[in-house]
Amino acid sequence: MEMLAQQLIDGVLIGLVYSLLAIGLTLIWGVMNVVNFAHGEFLMIGMFLSYWLYTLAGVDPLFSIPFNAVALFLLGMFIYRFIISKVMTGPLLAQLVVTFGISIFLANFAAFIWTPDYREIGHTLLSGTWHISGIILSVPKVVSSIGSILTSFALFWFLRHSRTGKAILAVEMDREAALIMGINTERINSLSFGIGCGLVGVGGALLATHYYIYPFVGGTFGLICFCIVALGGFGSIEGAFIAGIIVGVAQTVGGYIFDPAYKLAIVFLIYLITVWIRPQGLLGW
Amino acid sequence: MRNITGKQLTVGGAVLALVIILPLLIVPFGQHVLIITCIFAMCGVAWNIMGGYAGMFSFGQAAFFGIGAYTSSFLLMTFNVSPWIGLVAGGIISSLAAAAIGYPCSNLRGHYFAIASIAFAEIVRIFFNNWEMVGAAEGLTIPMLKGSLANFIFNSSKLPYCYIIMAFLLLALVVCRLVSTSKMGYYLRAIKESHEVAQVLGVNVVRYRLYAIMISAFLTAMAGSFYAQYILYIDPASVMILAVSVQIVLVAMLGGANTVLGPVVGAAILIPFSEYSRAWLGYKGTGFDMIIYGALITAISMYRPSGVWGAITALVQREK
Amino acid sequence: MNASLLLDVQGVSKYFGGLRANEDISFQVRGGQILSIIGPNGAGKSTLFNCITGFHRLDKGRVLFKGLDITNRKPHTIGKLGAVRTFQIAQVISDMTVLENVMTGGFLRHVRVRDVRLNAEEVLAFTGLMAKRNYNAQALSVSDKKRLEVSMALAMEPELLMLDESMAGLTTVELREMIELIRKVRARGITIVVVEHVMEAVMELSDRVLVLNSGRKIAEGSPKEVVADREVIRAYLGDRYDAVCQ
Repeated sequence: MEMLAQQLIDGVLIGLVYSLLAIGLTLIWGVMNVVNFAHGEFLMIGMFLSYWLYTLAGVDPLFSIPFNAVALFLLGMFIYRFIISKVMTGPLLAQLVVTFGISIFLANFAAFIWTPDYREIGHTLLSGTWHISGIILSVPKVVSSIGSILTSFALFWFLRHSRTGKAILAVEMDREAALIMGINTERINSLSFGIGCGLVGVGGALLATHYYIYPFVGGTFGLICFCIVALGGFGSIEGAFIAGIIVGVAQTVGGYIFDPAYKLAIVFLIYLITVWIRPQGLLGW
Repeated sequence: MRNITGKQLTVGGAVLALVIILPLLIVPFGQHVLIITCIFAMCGVAWNIMGGYAGMFSFGQAAFFGIGAYTSSFLLMTFNVSPWIGLVAGGIISSLAAAAIGYPCSNLRGHYFAIASIAFAEIVRIFFNNWEMVGAAEGLTIPMLKGSLANFIFNSSKLPYCYIIMAFLLLALVVCRLVSTSKMGYYLRAIKESHEVAQVLGVNVVRYRLYAIMISAFLTAMAGSFYAQYILYIDPASVMILAVSVQIVLVAMLGGANTVLGPVVGAAILIPFSEYSRAWLGYKGTGFDMIIYGALITAISMYRPSGVWGAITALVQREK
Repeated sequence: MNASLLLDVQGVSKYFGGLRANEDISFQVRGGQILSIIGPNGAGKSTLFNCITGFHRLDKGRVLFKGLDITNRKPHTIGKLGAVRTFQIAQVISDMTVLENVMTGGFLRHVRVRDVRLNAEEVLAFTGLMAKRNYNAQALSVSDKKRLEVSMALAMEPELLMLDESMAGLTTVELREMIELIRKVRARGITIVVVEHVMEAVMELSDRVLVLNSGRKIAEGSPKEVVADREVIRAYLGDRYDAVCQ
């Protein structure tokens, strides 16, 4: 029973980080209907940015968060403006494939300049483990989760209470109506892509504290994010948040009950079952 | 769908003659590239039936490819079943798997279908990766029997492999053309446009989608079985991964996702490019070839999203 | 022409949560007739079509076609029985030519591609799209797309044709042409039910008119009868106009 509780807690912790990553993806999806298959690679870049800041300048990953957020935000906007926007008017297939292209490019470029080696950040400001009534809590993981929650709520607040944020929500709900209202949807697209990447940049900094960092780390995270977004409901940010936790728990608990090797398969199965029963996901419309 | 003109017949004949002579003229590595090109061309043609025509963008064809490869190999190694029969068995099992996943996904379209296909393929890959009976992560090494047509193994030369895969590709092209010019082709295109329109026209959408998926899976599995007999080693990491599925989609997309011959053109461009660039640039494991590959895919999506075939036919039209 | 009962709609009700989209609607259509269904926006006309053709599940009631109970049957089976509908926004298959679009409908009744093509060409000659048969369907004007939709339906050799706002968005000239086309279709022996807003067409074409308002049937009769009906006037123009009219 204790073991199960441990798995549950670990699942929630990782799930919260997943939530943050998935929120970025669902934002991009909801606003411009683009499946960003390169999402995991942006995460990878974020992780590497934190790594290099730590290794070369001694900056603790937690302090790299603002830097990551801005850097990835700019990168995202750049990629939207010069690549993604060009395929928006084309066939759906091209939109699906272009982000695959970007992901392959980024992952291999990273492998090329940084080598495919695994790296990790050694001692961070907040490290170690806590022991609370038989449960082992890794401090970096707890900090990551808290960071995730804070960032997510910051985003919720931004979307609901700022002018730009509301514009983003408007476009997400009804693009044409927003256009008629005078909202510059191209600019919103670009901003949303940037924000989605920025969120992942933050996630990267948080994960870098306790996760292996290597050029191909993005692949699995990317796939898991899709499942989360689908489970939560495409375009629903609250849905992505909740679904992230569910998937995190399903992964750890499922891996514990069945076999750790099947952790991912369980996540994918959850996605399939969700879209069969409720195509719009838990909270989607 | 159009009548074949005399000119087309001559051009076709010339191409055919060239194709038959080609394997004899090139070095073994070239033959290898040719074989891999034909394998992917075949998979691309198979993809087109469900993706290009019916709008079911599958990014999980590797699952069928792998199921085909594993079925024929397993039957050979465990029960001494001839690979020719194993090939058909692989196709059947793949089709059944396709129906099993296709049916619940009958209402999924566009992105949702794409991701479902990825989820399905990953589940299959993970299972095979942990399934001791088929070698789990270590895969299967197909025994090198005495070289013969019956054994589907040729040790001394790649030539027979070249001609067999070209024959398979031809079969796939014929099937694709038959589908495209028949009732099924029309119905699939209607389905791609809208399920409602198709239903009003009397199309049983669920049934026709299943037909398309099953045919596509069968042909892809055949290619997988061939691959197993050619390379003589298969494991989930080489035959069932997402990269293989993506490559198949690219081949179809680059060539022209709505045409019969498009994937052949697409494969002819993409595969030699990736094989040769890997040979020349990827030797240090630096993945430089993949960087270019990624950039290439991105560029194609941006500048030639409907594929090369359309551009070629337009060029030919203009010259008339 | 067959004067028997072709379509028998009995007590059809459809609710979306608390919204009563259709409430106890009954009517009959005899062979060879043209029936128009009119009503203010939101009256439930398209919902009714969807219920009859299997796109919505009925909450109450039955639909009988040629004596057969087709209630809640899957949409794709309705065509085979002989009832075809069109959509408010003309739905055609974009990456096919006009001819191919019509052929797709024809495959319901013919097996050999050659027969299907001949049938399609005959239909296109009838509807006046023969000259444009190799155009891409996407490139057609709104009016031609509607004409194409009708052609696709005709290729299925229906006994009942259900047109959803086929006159919407047409110019005066196009309207005339569409009215003529519908007359021709009826002359061919096909029974027609239309949902319409354009009163000119309704008055000219209809044998009978059905009026819906807020999900209910409020009037039924010949065009002249219906137009003079007080409830109909009130539904369209509001209570104040009715009061003024007194």
